[in-house]
Amino acid sequence: MNIDATKPLEYGSEENSNKIFGFWIFLGAEIALFATLFTVYLVLVNRFAAGPSGPEIFELSGVLVETFLLLTSSFTIGLAIHSMRLGLKKPMMVFMILTLIMGLGFLGIEISEFFTYVHEGATLSTSAFVSALFVLLGTHGAHVGFGLLWGIAILIQVKRQGLTLATTNKSFIFSLYWHFLDVVWIFIFSFVYLKGLM
Amino acid sequence: MKWDEFFVTGEPMIYGAMASIVLATIAIIVGLTYFKKWGYLWREWLTTVDHKRIGVMYILSALIMLFRGGVDAIMMRFQTAVPENTFLDSQHYNEVFTTHGLVMILFMAMPFIIGIMNVVVPLQIGARDVAFPRLNAISFWLFFFGAMLLNLSFVIGGSPDAGWTAYFPLASIEFSPTVGNNYYSLALQISGIGTLLTGINFIVTILKMRAPGMKLMRMPMFTWSSLITSVIITFAFPVLTIALALMMFDRIFGSQFFTMANGGMDMLWANLFWVWGHPEVYIVILPAFGIYSEIISTFSKKNLYGYSSMVWSMVIISLLSFLVWAHHFYTMGQGAMVNGFFSITTMAISVPTGVKIFNWLFTMRKGKISFTTPMLYSLAFIPIFTIGGVTGVMLAMASADYQYHNTMFLVAHFHYVLIPGTVFAVIAGFHYWFPKVFGFKLNDRLGKHAFWWIAISFNVTFFPLFFLGLKGMTRRMYTYSEETGFGPLNMLSFVGALGLAIGFAILVYNIYYSIRYSPRETNGDPWDARTLEWATSSPIPAYNFAVTPNVKTRDALWAAKHDNISIFDEEIKPIHLPSNTGKPIILGAIFFAFGFAMVFSWFIPAIIAGIGIIIVMATMSFDRDHGITVSVKEIMETEKKLRGETL
Repeated sequence: MNIDATKPLEYGSEENSNKIFGFWIFLGAEIALFATLFTVYLVLVNRFAAGPSGPEIFELSGVLVETFLLLTSSFTIGLAIHSMRLGLKKPMMVFMILTLIMGLGFLGIEISEFFTYVHEGATLSTSAFVSALFVLLGTHGAHVGFGLLWGIAILIQVKRQGLTLATTNKSFIFSLYWHFLDVVWIFIFSFVYLKGLM
Repeated sequence: MKWDEFFVTGEPMIYGAMASIVLATIAIIVGLTYFKKWGYLWREWLTTVDHKRIGVMYILSALIMLFRGGVDAIMMRFQTAVPENTFLDSQHYNEVFTTHGLVMILFMAMPFIIGIMNVVVPLQIGARDVAFPRLNAISFWLFFFGAMLLNLSFVIGGSPDAGWTAYFPLASIEFSPTVGNNYYSLALQISGIGTLLTGINFIVTILKMRAPGMKLMRMPMFTWSSLITSVIITFAFPVLTIALALMMFDRIFGSQFFTMANGGMDMLWANLFWVWGHPEVYIVILPAFGIYSEIISTFSKKNLYGYSSMVWSMVIISLLSFLVWAHHFYTMGQGAMVNGFFSITTMAISVPTGVKIFNWLFTMRKGKISFTTPMLYSLAFIPIFTIGGVTGVMLAMASADYQYHNTMFLVAHFHYVLIPGTVFAVIAGFHYWFPKVFGFKLNDRLGKHAFWWIAISFNVTFFPLFFLGLKGMTRRMYTYSEETGFGPLNMLSFVGALGLAIGFAILVYNIYYSIRYSPRETNGDPWDARTLEWATSSPIPAYNFAVTPNVKTRDALWAAKHDNISIFDEEIKPIHLPSNTGKPIILGAIFFAFGFAMVFSWFIPAIIAGIGIIIVMATMSFDRDHGITVSVKEIMETEKKLRGETL
């Protein structure tokens, strides 16, 4: 395999740079996917029938903690990639573990919020608004959940194999994914929660 | 649930279908065991990551689906051939037209196109393989098991019955209480994921894997059309993913997206469906345009007229394809401004399409035309497709559409675009590239026989439908009374459908005949063609090209043959190839199990299958298989053997 030493290791082979390029295109498809979900949500946001509306169930405190956790985790995954480029395996793993822990915290709060909503009488079948809310948040949450499993798999491989062409490539792609989830969350925070509380 | 609800009962034809499925399965199993082919099948085909073999499997599946959808078509035409026919009841007729549409668009046209893309694109750009060979195998198996899931609905649980567009509220659990539309949402979802992955794979392949010197504006037209189609796939399919997911939530988990109560909005479905659905039309038609460009140029012995205008027209079509979706529901009360906008964008598509038609005509002008089977299909395509296009402009006029909306006129129109546009193209491409893959041509005499049957019967089948539509016969009517006067034209259409069936039967017989009797070739370029895929030998070695070609012009092979511009001037080096893997087919099978469990709301098996999916994906991630390397000696031996030289 030809390793191009002028580039960072994750771009080092043709296969690696193709994978990164392909993942960017996949993220393009993901943008289309979330854009559709946001459209659905914005179309249905005022159609809450006899059920509760957004301002009646949203609580800012939980959302702020979620936002803080996810935004910070985007920072720590950046640090992990930075350490990776410096060839520091251990700090890289520590930052990645921190990232995953914060992701787990985010997911925990989101799930407990879902329980609160249901408790307050907003279930999936209450109204079109609640359906759209749950599916939009749930899709993002499922992405975070999948990211946790994926991150753990990559961590194990980094631990076993060290920083190789394959593992750096996977870690870098994972970091793109994680940043993307963060961006989507900023849109959710703005267009779902802030707009709903205004 | 009781067993008599689980299996579809009460119709002799269903029992016939069950019996034939069981018998065919037993025959395949016994045959494979008797000839000891299980190992061969598994090693060489089911686990392959070779783009050519995956392409062949796509095409084979598409041909089988063509016959499934064709049987549906014959049943429909037979049912409406005479007034008050009792061959099918209304429910069964609903299921038949629904699956006909689904199977033909999603499990025949698209996989056929993707199959040809798989075989041809890497060869045309001088690449060893697609960018992600394993992902390619996953794509295929997701498509395949998605298709099987939908086909299973015919005998287990009942097929979807709300039309291929599955408009709400008709497709809701309230008005379609069978599990049919659950199959719809899950089968399409599974195969749709496969299609999305194909789109991404081919964008990367075409943009990053081209041979040295092959600039974008030197790419063969079929590769260009594949690139643009892949881009449309990547941005249109996520919308379908969401639409189908919401449908599944509505039907299985009781959410309120498209319901008539609690704030739900049925028109949301129509919009989402067609935001995907209209680009889908261009996903299947643009590669067909690419196929015609290759064939017309090859058999006219001329380079393609207006190459860059061909490229630009496709780019413009791909952009406009996302701006026309609401022309599918002009009559649903969206107001004059909206209808006007969509009317104009729709008609605008006819401009770049017209440019392409003229380019093909000018390519043929003063050319040395040879009338081979693929060329005949291409020639027939031009006038027939033009009829489809002109009637399309008629439909695009919103005010006039109030007259033809949901009539047989519409049915005639889209068959006049899709059959010459896509079906003729894939058949032409099938005949054209067949010798590349297998090393011998399909018999030309039988091919022409099939062509005349298909081309003439097509017009006999669908031209009467224009008149039926104008007379007021709506689509999806399972029967009609004699006073309507629809009888004779419908009978004519049925006769045409039988002719089409004969044509396709000849086509299949031709495959069998040619396998047995066609002379084998050794030079790899039987048509005296122009592009790189013909520069390697037939059948194609696993590594495609012994030496990576160097491209200096458009139509690189033609330039090599006639202007003495060399394309192979490097030395043979060892070649790295990915090794086969059984995980894609296993992943597909688990997705199938997941989908089947979800259709019947069996959540515990579904969760188990879901965990299985994650486990298989994790094991793929941990895989450290680095593939195989073919040595220079092996390459030289293979090349000699393919050229017919003795070792």
